[in-house]
Amino acid sequence: MTEREWTPKIVAFCCNWCSYGGADTAGMGRFQQPASTRVIRVMCSGRIDPLHVFNAFLEGADAVLVTGCHIGDCHYVNGNEKTQVKYQFLEEMLQQLGLEPDRLHLNWISASEGERFANFINEVTAKVKELGPSPLKPAGVR
Amino acid sequence: MTQKETKTENKQEEELRIGAFICECGINIAGAVDCYAVADYISTLPNVTTSVVNKYTCSDAGQAEIKKAIKDLNLNRVLVASCTPKTHEPIFRACVEEAGVNPYLFEFVNIREHCSWIHMWEKEDATEKAKELVRMGVARAALLEPLESSEVPVTDAALVIGAGVTGMQAALDIADMGHKVYLVEQGPSIGGKMAQLDKTFPTNDCSICILGPKMVEVARNKNIEIMSYSEVVEVDGYVGNFKAKIKHKPRYLDINECTGCGLCTEKCPVEVPYTEFNEGIGARKAIYTPFPQAVPLRALVDKSICIDCGACIKACERGAIDMDQKETFSELDIGVIVVTAGFDVYDPEPKNEFGFGLYDNVITTMEFERLINASGPTMGKVVRPSDVKPPKRIGFVQCVGSRDKNSHIYCSSFCCMASLKNAQLLKEKYPDTEVYIMYMDMRTPFRMYEEYYNRARNMGIRFIRGRPAEVTENEDHNIIARIEDTLTNEIVNLELDLMVLSVGAVAPESTETVRQILKVSKAADGFMMEAHPKLKPVDTTLDGIFIGGMTQGPKDIPYSISQGSACAARATRFLAQGKALTEGITTKVDKDICVGCGVCVPMCPFQALSLENDKLKILTALCKGCGTCVAACPTGALEQSHFKNEQLLAQVKNVFAYGEV
Ligand SMILES: Cc1cc2nc3c(=O)[nH]c(=O)nc-3n(C[C@H](O)[C@H](O)[C@H](O)COP(=O)(O)OP(=O)(O)OC[C@H]3O[C@@H](n4cnc5c(N)ncnc54)[C@H](O)[C@@H]3O)c2cc1C
Ligand code: SF4
Ligand code: SF4
Ligand code: FES
Repeated sequence: MTEREWTPKIVAFCCNWCSYGGADTAGMGRFQQPASTRVIRVMCSGRIDPLHVFNAFLEGADAVLVTGCHIGDCHYVNGNEKTQVKYQFLEEMLQQLGLEPDRLHLNWISASEGERFANFINEVTAKVKELGPSPLKPAGVR
Repeated sequence: MTQKETKTENKQEEELRIGAFICECGINIAGAVDCYAVADYISTLPNVTTSVVNKYTCSDAGQAEIKKAIKDLNLNRVLVASCTPKTHEPIFRACVEEAGVNPYLFEFVNIREHCSWIHMWEKEDATEKAKELVRMGVARAALLEPLESSEVPVTDAALVIGAGVTGMQAALDIADMGHKVYLVEQGPSIGGKMAQLDKTFPTNDCSICILGPKMVEVARNKNIEIMSYSEVVEVDGYVGNFKAKIKHKPRYLDINECTGCGLCTEKCPVEVPYTEFNEGIGARKAIYTPFPQAVPLRALVDKSICIDCGACIKACERGAIDMDQKETFSELDIGVIVVTAGFDVYDPEPKNEFGFGLYDNVITTMEFERLINASGPTMGKVVRPSDVKPPKRIGFVQCVGSRDKNSHIYCSSFCCMASLKNAQLLKEKYPDTEVYIMYMDMRTPFRMYEEYYNRARNMGIRFIRGRPAEVTENEDHNIIARIEDTLTNEIVNLELDLMVLSVGAVAPESTETVRQILKVSKAADGFMMEAHPKLKPVDTTLDGIFIGGMTQGPKDIPYSISQGSACAARATRFLAQGKALTEGITTKVDKDICVGCGVCVPMCPFQALSLENDKLKILTALCKGCGTCVAACPTGALEQSHFKNEQLLAQVKNVFAYGEV
């Protein structure tokens, strides 16, 4: 296998109704992205548990994305508002783990915002590339 | 709620036998992903009994192969790696169910939208990523559990929001199929924008002459209950079982007593130089009927200008007027919802585009429709605003607020034809008038439309390819439009007596409110978004909610009416069957672990949770399966089915691997 440039591994939690659809729309629009991101679908961003984010970092994620519907658009009224509150806790947790702030992002992306989704992935990947692999990544993991 | 019998033999104890089907989707996936390499890799993973590549997994042949493999190999988990679950999950769930596998034991992996289409030129990366995505899916599939969806009864009534031509058509069709319809219209009359138009392309028949009878038909239909001057303020529930709260705004008269005779209007001493129906042109009284063909033909009072003189109260022979009337509310039980809330025309005033708002003699096409209308404020005599004289040189400017990166990039689709129409009507009425159309491209698809364009050319209407770069006014209030004609490369200084801006369609504020109440997705252009741009043009991603007409994006009348009928057909499927299936995904509590802290209770937006004897109680019928409570529980007592922690964590874990894959 040829030597390839290091690409970060990014875990993106997406809600079924908005940001997952945004990722789909990015595909339909053929908005090219680096092959860094693995999407995990949940019904609502409110389902995203700090446990999941923690685990992603411990398993080797170089960054984690928490995404959902725009405020006011959550399919379950206001799950994303609860996500927002939880996110503050996640940011603090990140700091305590000694991780750079750019390794965790929150973004609201609607099902039609394919280009926004792609731009987001492009931007985060570029930032994380600069940071290099996560210090929490277990040895030998890819 | 009745539980439907589904095949859910408990295969938990059985050996896991996963079948993985990797779709090439022609070259959509295979163009970037080496599907055979993916299948080879997947076959090495634990619990995978078979892993095969299909040309098109969703085709008849592909589905037959899945069913055959289930039978022959005794598969108890099925994974398909192809496109998006948003469109194809129901298809594959049904497929495995037919072969005896519980639909929730099916796992979907997206390697098209999320892989091949976004890494089109990185074959190696795309293939590696696809392997990982499928690996994540295999890990999750191993942990899936059978679930049952429940069958719920459907209330035999439809709510149609917005009574323009689209909503009227939807209401009529649903009603004619024998179902109750509540038709809610925010304005005082049904009819929408079409009621305001003069003639309609491509046949130039009078708009209200074809719409008026339809409006009467709606009013006469026994199954339709019109709720005019009303708005939807709350909607709860789910397919088959929605509850809607409707606000009825006060008209300040008893709609059952008023006959629309107009005696009150005659006597009212207050007049404003403004009419909604005539796009601001003309004047109306404080008590008025919206327009002569209004349905319902009832008056209403504009309280913002009423001086409480009581003249109307005296004039009304039926004692209908009630100045103390308050807004009222009704609560409706609804099975399905159709949203047909229409559009607004683009407003060029804030940016004074093409001098609009600065110069009197620059108007919009909508104003022009009222000016040339025989029952409009000028009785159909086209005059220009500055001096009320007939204009001799009139120019239409196309794509105002459309196809413009500074406002809206989309094409509003009807405005080329609308200007061709108005230009023709002018030429017919005033043959000596010089008529110009300033355009970027003339767009005239569909039957008789290109012919319509040719007719306009033959009538002597002049087409200038280019739009005014600069617009000024001279001392006679004539408009000077400076245009580069991109066909002749000449700069033209066109002097016009009247310039008409062919404004496009925009999504209105009022429909944004409805959109948020219903949680329908919004497309990039601001209009409501359909479930699939081709296959499900009037469905939304929400079961039992449909969209049609201008609500879904700019379109003309024939297209709007088709969508109105389409909405009716799609919605009536539920009403006719009288039942619907709901998702089996809900949340469950482990009472042994729950400590009764109550942290989860306020998390639920649907009041499904409460504490009972210091333990959590879940009203499953109210749970919509968002999982927000689960993420909040500090003890791990809650689990969301199909999105259990162990399932999600298995996915997370399998993003990563040691060494090469
Ligand atoms: C200048 C102009 C000329 C045109 N000429 C032609 C033509 O010649 N031929 C042609 O085919 N097409 C023409 N069109 C296009 C045509 O007007 C539309 O296709 C048609 O009106 C769309 O109908 P609709 O019912 O979807 O929307 P609308 O006509 O906008 O009706 C929507 C209705 O919903 C109501 N509503 C909105 N929000 C709410 C809410 N929250 N609650 C309750 N009710 C609500 C509105 O009050 C309205 O009555 C023209 C358009 C313009 C602007
Ligand atoms: S998952 Fe929990 S929060 Fe969401 S609807 Fe069900 S009970 Fe309510
Ligand atoms: S948060 Fe968990 S422990 Fe607390 S009441 Fe709810 S289910 Fe029980
Ligand atoms: S459904 Fe998208 S954030 Fe709740």
